[in-house]
Amino acid sequence: MNSIKKLLGYVWMLLAPAIICFLVYEALEKMGAASAAQKANVTLQWMIILLIFTPICIGFFIFGKYASANEYDHLPESSSEIE
Amino acid sequence: MSQTKSQNSIAFVIGASSVGTLIEWYDFYIFGMLATIISKQFFPADAGTAALLSTLAIFAAGFIVRPFGALVFGRLGDLIGRKHTFLLTLVIMGGSTFAIGLVPGYATIGWAAPILVLILRLLQGLALGGEYGGAATYVAEHAPAGQRGFWTSWIQTTATLGLFLALGVIIFIRSEQGVEKFSAEWGGWRYPFWISLLLVGVSVLIRMRMSESPMFSKLKTEGKISTNPLKESFGHKANFKMVLLALFGAVMGQGVVWYTGQFYAQSFIETVCKVEFIQSRDLMLWAILMATPGFVLFGWLSDKVGRKWIMLLGMLLAILTYRPIYKQFLVITSANNRIEKIDLASTKISEKTVVVDKKDNTKIYVVQHFDTAYTDGAVFKYTKTDTLHLSATYDPTIKIDSLSALSTTLILTQSAKPNVVIEKTMDKSSYWSLIWLVFVQILYVTMVYGPIAAFLVEMFPTKIRYTSMSLPYHIGNGVFGGLVPFLGTLIVEFTKNEAHPNGDPLAGLWYPIGVASICLVIGVVYLTNKIDKNVMD
Repeated sequence: MNSIKKLLGYVWMLLAPAIICFLVYEALEKMGAASAAQKANVTLQWMIILLIFTPICIGFFIFGKYASANEYDHLPESSSEIE
Repeated sequence: MSQTKSQNSIAFVIGASSVGTLIEWYDFYIFGMLATIISKQFFPADAGTAALLSTLAIFAAGFIVRPFGALVFGRLGDLIGRKHTFLLTLVIMGGSTFAIGLVPGYATIGWAAPILVLILRLLQGLALGGEYGGAATYVAEHAPAGQRGFWTSWIQTTATLGLFLALGVIIFIRSEQGVEKFSAEWGGWRYPFWISLLLVGVSVLIRMRMSESPMFSKLKTEGKISTNPLKESFGHKANFKMVLLALFGAVMGQGVVWYTGQFYAQSFIETVCKVEFIQSRDLMLWAILMATPGFVLFGWLSDKVGRKWIMLLGMLLAILTYRPIYKQFLVITSANNRIEKIDLASTKISEKTVVVDKKDNTKIYVVQHFDTAYTDGAVFKYTKTDTLHLSATYDPTIKIDSLSALSTTLILTQSAKPNVVIEKTMDKSSYWSLIWLVFVQILYVTMVYGPIAAFLVEMFPTKIRYTSMSLPYHIGNGVFGGLVPFLGTLIVEFTKNEAHPNGDPLAGLWYPIGVASICLVIGVVYLTNKIDKNVMD
């Protein structure tokens, strides 16, 4: 199980930047295709989406990094292991 | 005797915490449910800046601000205590909700109206971000070991009951007043906001009688409370990795399952299946009412068999059945499987009526209603509107109030396609089939959501619990969950092309299915099913 956790950790590390790239690509495409009347609103919506999901994807990358470093092989059983 | 006293005491803790949390959810939901009226009352009809503000107020504030509320009030809860913090969030939420009901419309105070509404909506989001973590922590820290899932599940029912209460109040006032009175500037739509003040007042009185969480009091007496909860929660790797695991292995999947079952389902039934306004809300109420005991059932069960597999089973079932369920929504509400009643009494076709645009008197709408009745009792109402633009030679002093007054020489252009609005009133059997399909989805919600508070509480130490559990909860629910209706609709837009102008109505489900699938894999591989008996540490 620990090797699966580690292997999947690399998958999450790759998935995180892939999601950001996908969102940036979609944002550029949709903002470009928006009509003049809708442009400001579409831009705002996509900026909000990017603003929200970029830090989440960075968090996902860090999660993958921890997983690939076997940080989740043993989960803490008491608070003394966390503090 | 002492056991009965302890049961009474925990029941009071649950009751007092739950009532306040329920009211916060009620406050949060009424804004979203009345969004259409709010945008008409507080925002000018033209696009541009108004649309931007509308987007910020209605779309963004609810999502972005909740995690910030979690940080602000979570920190406060770990520093000064649970009781005072969630008393504060309740007052902020109640006050801002009541104030929204008092803001005059755009017609009266102009731009001040949308700006005030935006600020009040931000306050609502902040307060909600601080409330839930506090209530869940407070209840869990009072609950006896081995019953934490059961007792915290009562807090979990509040989100759904808040939705139920908001829907019920809105439907009641709207049907009492009628659509026109309800939607007027100072009409009935404001009443649900005003009612909030009364509810919050009662809840504050109840909460004032509550004592501080025993665990937090103990830490305070021993001088062990955290001096910097944010740093200890997110600056220390040992705790931060658990925050990430909570988010990606449980809460993001729970969030999308919750919002798909309770919000996307309603929006799909109303906007894609075109079921009539009141009926689409009524059936949600029935489904919610029937499924709500599931929260307590699965919370209780999680004390016996562990939290992990119940939550993950809920996600798995959602992933496997969402597309068949939504496909069934389309089949049930389709005209294809019905036999039309072909007699003059059942199939009504109205006369064409002419309506002149209020702002542009060269724009004329020709409206006609068709009622199609079916043998099973369903009635589909179609309203067809043709838009005509009058020629420059049109003399505006000529009053056009009927088709006969509208000579063909006056018409410059006609819209290529008429706008057809469909309103379907379902027959009894289809109505109950829809309720059943929504009920199944809400049952999944109870599986993923019932045990989650106990699960999160057990992941983090007392002194930083409020902060640590609030952030992943509000990212998972506010962001991943809250974006389900928006992203779902956006994905459907992507599938539209010339060959398929309506796109694939089921495509929007790929977002919740995708997020829940990643969460399921992470949950299966990385989470433990062990129940932490001692949350005192």
